[in-house]
Amino acid sequence: MNFDYTDDQKALKDEARKFLSACSPLTVVRSVLENPGEGHDPSLWARIGEQGWCGAAIPEIYGGLGLGYVELCALAEELGRAVSPVPFASSIYLFAEALLLTGSEEQKSALLPLVASGELIGTVAAWEGAGVLTEAAVSARVVDGKLSGVKLPVTDGLEAHRAVVLAIGDTGPGLFLVDLTGPGVTREMVSTIDPTRGAARLSFDGAPAERLGNEGNGLEQLLRIHDRAAILIAFEQLGGAGRALEMARDYALERYAFGRQIGSYQAIKHKLADVFVRNEVARANAYYAAWALSSDAPELPLAAAAARVAASAAYWLASKENIQTHGGIGFTWEADCHFFYRRARHLALVLGAPRVWKRRLADQLELRLEQEQAA
Amino acid sequence: MNFEDSAEEAAYRGDVRVWIAANAPDMSHLAPDERRNWHDKHKAVAGIWQATKADAGYGCISWPKAWGGAGGTAIEEAIFNQEEARAGLQFTYFMTGLHMLLPALLEHNKDALSLSLIPPAVRGDKIWCQLFSEPSSGSDSAGIRSAAVRQGDDWVINGQKVWNSGAQIADYGMLIARTDPDIPKHKGLTAFWLDMKTPGVEVRPIKMMSGDNELNEVFLTDVRIPDSQRVGEVGGGWKVVISTLMNERAALGSGSGLSWRDIMKLAKQVASWEGTALDDPAFREWLADLYVDAEAIRLLSFRTLTSLSKGAAPGPEGSAGKLLWSGLAQNLSSQALDILDHGGIIDDPELALMNGAFQHRFLWAPGLRLGGGTDEIMKNIIAERVLGLPGDVRVDKNVPFREIPRGR
Repeated sequence: MNFDYTDDQKALKDEARKFLSACSPLTVVRSVLENPGEGHDPSLWARIGEQGWCGAAIPEIYGGLGLGYVELCALAEELGRAVSPVPFASSIYLFAEALLLTGSEEQKSALLPLVASGELIGTVAAWEGAGVLTEAAVSARVVDGKLSGVKLPVTDGLEAHRAVVLAIGDTGPGLFLVDLTGPGVTREMVSTIDPTRGAARLSFDGAPAERLGNEGNGLEQLLRIHDRAAILIAFEQLGGAGRALEMARDYALERYAFGRQIGSYQAIKHKLADVFVRNEVARANAYYAAWALSSDAPELPLAAAAARVAASAAYWLASKENIQTHGGIGFTWEADCHFFYRRARHLALVLGAPRVWKRRLADQLELRLEQEQAA
Repeated sequence: MNFEDSAEEAAYRGDVRVWIAANAPDMSHLAPDERRNWHDKHKAVAGIWQATKADAGYGCISWPKAWGGAGGTAIEEAIFNQEEARAGLQFTYFMTGLHMLLPALLEHNKDALSLSLIPPAVRGDKIWCQLFSEPSSGSDSAGIRSAAVRQGDDWVINGQKVWNSGAQIADYGMLIARTDPDIPKHKGLTAFWLDMKTPGVEVRPIKMMSGDNELNEVFLTDVRIPDSQRVGEVGGGWKVVISTLMNERAALGSGSGLSWRDIMKLAKQVASWEGTALDDPAFREWLADLYVDAEAIRLLSFRTLTSLSKGAAPGPEGSAGKLLWSGLAQNLSSQALDILDHGGIIDDPELALMNGAFQHRFLWAPGLRLGGGTDEIMKNIIAERVLGLPGDVRVDKNVPFREIPRGR
């Protein structure tokens, strides 16, 4: 039993923090925010690729480093802290995981090495507008290997090379691999609450699509992919929430009002203590989920939902109370507080909103209780 | 990150589980109200169980053998506690002594008399209570006014203590008194232990809003104890307070009591519009939020354990667990009444579902947010000692205790 990163994992995390504070300062986030055309920072993405991070958890036979999932979680926490404007989540937590879980041997061998090096950016395209993702909400169709339909929003859809697309095929909902640089694909930029994570509307008109893997229900497969991505994104949320709390703390020490540091007032102290407690809840649940992911434990779906629910709540609280602690300056474009506020909600929505995950959590708990009572 | 038992831990857990199954006391003859904490019959069962554990080396697993412990690890002790809880055996009578007071006493006192107090405590023959809080010293825990005055080889103590859990049945107490009112308040305190039958000690139970009365006031009138019963240095009392409070919060934050499983089982028995309360979407959403907090309490106790196993003492981050746990108890019990609808008002153990455990918890919950450090003090500790925010403006810190404004 060990409630912590190992010494090697801590060393990796420290290195990542040093690298990101040099290469991914908040000025990089601002520059993407102010020039949203690109939706990410390509030079930062290239440098992250050189570090080998994209392949951290991809097995060596597919060109990755095969370090493991806790190592990937450590990197995710640091990327989250830096609010880095890169398509890491779409490409690694979603696209690579989709390939690893569902892809055929051929698909994995062809694509994973390119994902691991960062040369190929992937994403997953599932939603078709507002509302909860259900089978009834999917209109995209694949007929004779040709995809037609519209996906909206697709995070990183503007620059991704490939996408895993949820569409109705011959046998019901399925996951399909589509080359976004190929024919029959139109991409349009979509303005979002977090322009540092670009999004697109993807329109498909007879785009060539091959089935990811051979069979299976696409919605069920997507749930399993989302479980894994939820854990990795929880670490980004944890990193961002931790940084937002530190910013608020630092400002509370620096800012004086009524002749005292504002951090000496209990109104501020207790607010930040509440944020700390929520962050602790998120950390505890995220660590447990990281263990479940790295050991492929049967608790994974429950732990993933808990990690996502806790981390979404923590980042939201930390990011809004960071602005509140800063006062008026925190509400300006010039201050960095809004990067966290935007990213907090972005991350809490990209895999489905917290209420969707709370519902899944309760379903999992019921299963768990039934299993315990049967045992 | 690893939340699984190692091979040795798994083997230890297996042994413990078998041993508990073979030796657990039979509580089936107890009526619902007799199974509650502090009922005479409940306490009698607890005593038998503690002695059984002590005889088998499970009395104080992580204590050194010289103290009558098993010389085991903190992890082994936690595993044993988990297995006890699993078997429905959660007794709190001996915790104050074994987990909070006696470790502090033995840290400071190595004499034969102090050591002789240990074996009967480990066997559960003797119960300890804490005599720290006072009417004007609650959250302001260094504001103690009970005075200990040196007379030859003795100390004579006068004052009043309050919120002393279990003092009505305790054999011994650990007491903090002011030995010098002319220096700043944290510096003028000293710790002592005493026999609760010492002349001048009078215990008066307090009836709490829950109707229970295991908390007490303790009046000290010319209580004379020898200097050999002093714990630590004269003026070193604050250190003893801090180390016992940290142990207390670490223990409270580890999350005993009703939890998500219990309320799910309750919800399954209660009718709703369609199906049971467990099928109600509003309840399910609430349950998800509750679960992440409950899990955090469980998992954060593993962090405490990880650091204990590396030889570190419980730190200020333990306050987060205590805060979560007391809030959860109130949230959970109130929600339970809600799903019972009008029937939630019934607290008769014979009539209420689950013997009225949730109603009892509901009436106890306010106390959980106060005892062992209030919510507000926990937040101050987190803000100051974890986040590094400044302390409040203090008018009492560097002045002689005597000169501190005190209202009434």
